[in-house]
Amino acid sequence: MASIVFIIISGAVFFFAFKAFREVYQNIQLGKSFDSSGKPSERWRDVLLIAFGQKKMFDRPIAAFFHLFIYLAFLFTQVELIEIFIDGIFGTHRFLAHYLGVFYDVIIGFIEVLSLLALVATVIFLARRNLLRLPRFTKSELLGWPQQDANIILLGEILLVFGIFTMNGADHLLQNLQPEHYPQVALPISHITGPILFGGLDVSTLQIIERLGWWQHVLVVFGFMIYLPYSKHLHIFLAFPNVYFRPERSRGEMENIPTITAEVKSMFGLGPEPAVTDEIPVFGANDIFSLSKKNLLDAYTCTECGRCTSVCPANLTGKKLSPRKIMMDVRDRATEVGKKMRTSSKAEKSEPFSDGKSLFDYISREEIRACTSCNACVEACPVLINPLDIILQLRRYEVLTESQTAEAWTPMFTSLENQGCVWQVPQERDAWIHS
Amino acid sequence: MIRTMSEWAGSDAQPEVLYWVGCAGSYDARAQKVAKSFCAILEKAGIRFAILGQEEKCTGDPARRAGNEFVFQMLALQNIETLNAYNVKTIVTACPHCFNTLKNEYPALGGNYEVMHHTQYLNQLFSTGKIKISGGAFKGKKITYHDSCYLGRVNGEYEAPRALIEALDADLHEMKRSKANGLCCGAGGAQMFKEDEPGDKRINLERAEEALESGAKVIAANCPWCITMLTDGLKAMDKQDEVMVYDLSEMIIQNI
Repeated sequence: MASIVFIIISGAVFFFAFKAFREVYQNIQLGKSFDSSGKPSERWRDVLLIAFGQKKMFDRPIAAFFHLFIYLAFLFTQVELIEIFIDGIFGTHRFLAHYLGVFYDVIIGFIEVLSLLALVATVIFLARRNLLRLPRFTKSELLGWPQQDANIILLGEILLVFGIFTMNGADHLLQNLQPEHYPQVALPISHITGPILFGGLDVSTLQIIERLGWWQHVLVVFGFMIYLPYSKHLHIFLAFPNVYFRPERSRGEMENIPTITAEVKSMFGLGPEPAVTDEIPVFGANDIFSLSKKNLLDAYTCTECGRCTSVCPANLTGKKLSPRKIMMDVRDRATEVGKKMRTSSKAEKSEPFSDGKSLFDYISREEIRACTSCNACVEACPVLINPLDIILQLRRYEVLTESQTAEAWTPMFTSLENQGCVWQVPQERDAWIHS
Repeated sequence: MIRTMSEWAGSDAQPEVLYWVGCAGSYDARAQKVAKSFCAILEKAGIRFAILGQEEKCTGDPARRAGNEFVFQMLALQNIETLNAYNVKTIVTACPHCFNTLKNEYPALGGNYEVMHHTQYLNQLFSTGKIKISGGAFKGKKITYHDSCYLGRVNGEYEAPRALIEALDADLHEMKRSKANGLCCGAGGAQMFKEDEPGDKRINLERAEEALESGAKVIAANCPWCITMLTDGLKAMDKQDEVMVYDLSEMIIQNI
């Protein structure tokens, strides 16, 4: 009976989770393809160091330390999750204990210790957001849903850990009462907490408590699977591909626009005249279709930690620009467009998508014009997200496609074009030698 | 004597290195002093160098980062034509924005050169014994160093300028935010050529305050825009007479 319930629930969960994750994947595919050349060996090394190894997290050691507990607990619990599925489907109990021997005790023991540490970290993280109210967690772009989203995830983690300790605490007592059904497993935390919480209860009550804990654990995991694709928490999966697909270009190089190179070369008589087309060229980006898939992957990878915004010179001095908001806006727009496209009629689908909106309905001119391109946000991101790349593409769209820009930049462009200098200048460029 | 590439072309000898002066070095009164100091050091070290003179144009960095790719490419392609016509191999520049664009962005357009920032070049001259730096004026003095974004965070050069400060025997006091965490002066991304967007404070003031907090009486910098920004920040606090902002080449020429 329990097996059938488990199979039905998990089937439904997998169905809905698969659907939601596929939608995220489809949304990312709405972007343009990007250069993913470069040695795979070097990319894998970065995945190992930066994603698995959390290298950049440790630029802020205290946060990194607590985050590491939650991360390791998450990694190791995957082993237990495999067992939970086997037990759930076949009605077994601690299936792997019979096969893994001492190794099983080591893993389960590890998970117990890590779960306790993760619990401590989660409480600290909740306090940091809700009691200490660190500036980067209370910026305007986080007010409302993003703050709730973060709290839901942290509370979910607490529920998960409580499930594990309820399950293991009762299990520990049952190991002595019914050794034939409950294999001996050393539980470093629950052998202390079990007797305190459930000591003296009879076998049938303990069995019910053990099952309740087990189901709590499973249901929270199921909840996460469905919730994640709608939350800001996708970094637990996407951090890995996001690091792998890091750009091959160096930080100092903006992506070239070859059609402009061809046009300018032809203008100077350095190359052939470009082929004439009817299409009005679009340069830069004003929507997710003109951003790259990597930009969109960046947006879905962002977990809104705000390290970027906390070091942004514009944001620090009270300007509207927040690199984190740029990433959140791009993700929200991609989700909006994806949803509209999936629900549009056949006739609409045959036309290029248009809903009369663009990224500029989310991101203001004032924001993108405040950027100093200092790369502090790029440096700060633990999972190699690049908000600057998006900002500069939006600027390109403004100037090249819309012919508008910050007022003071127009005379700069004019003197650059006419005199090859950032200023309108009266003398020769080498007059300084003689002064 | 500072000679241009076209003047060199008339002689048998070839310059070892091209000094890329940039718009600031060419036209901004403060940055001209830096250009002169740097040339004076090159002369003392006996380096055969050239400038492009009237054939040099802005590298296009501010146009590109403001979004005007068309103007950037016009400037870049003209510069690359000139540089390639003179068969230039090595470029040194006192501006980290010129440095970055020449080094990282010209190759995609057919301009491949060995590009050095002047602090890297000076450190090379110093470590190979071509110039001798003595303590002198800055010996034991409290100095702080401002990492420019495009030399530091973008191109990863933190050590060469610090090695020069050590050679000056100065007492380096780092600011709260330095190296990879260094705070921008506020000029990058073409901000130099417009007002800050509305906010609580100018970025250069924030950085100048931080420099003051370090307790240093001299701020060493490596970028003409940073120098302007920091100097303006100090002026806004009326500290321009107490704390000086120098380019590293100006500090070295005093103590060579």
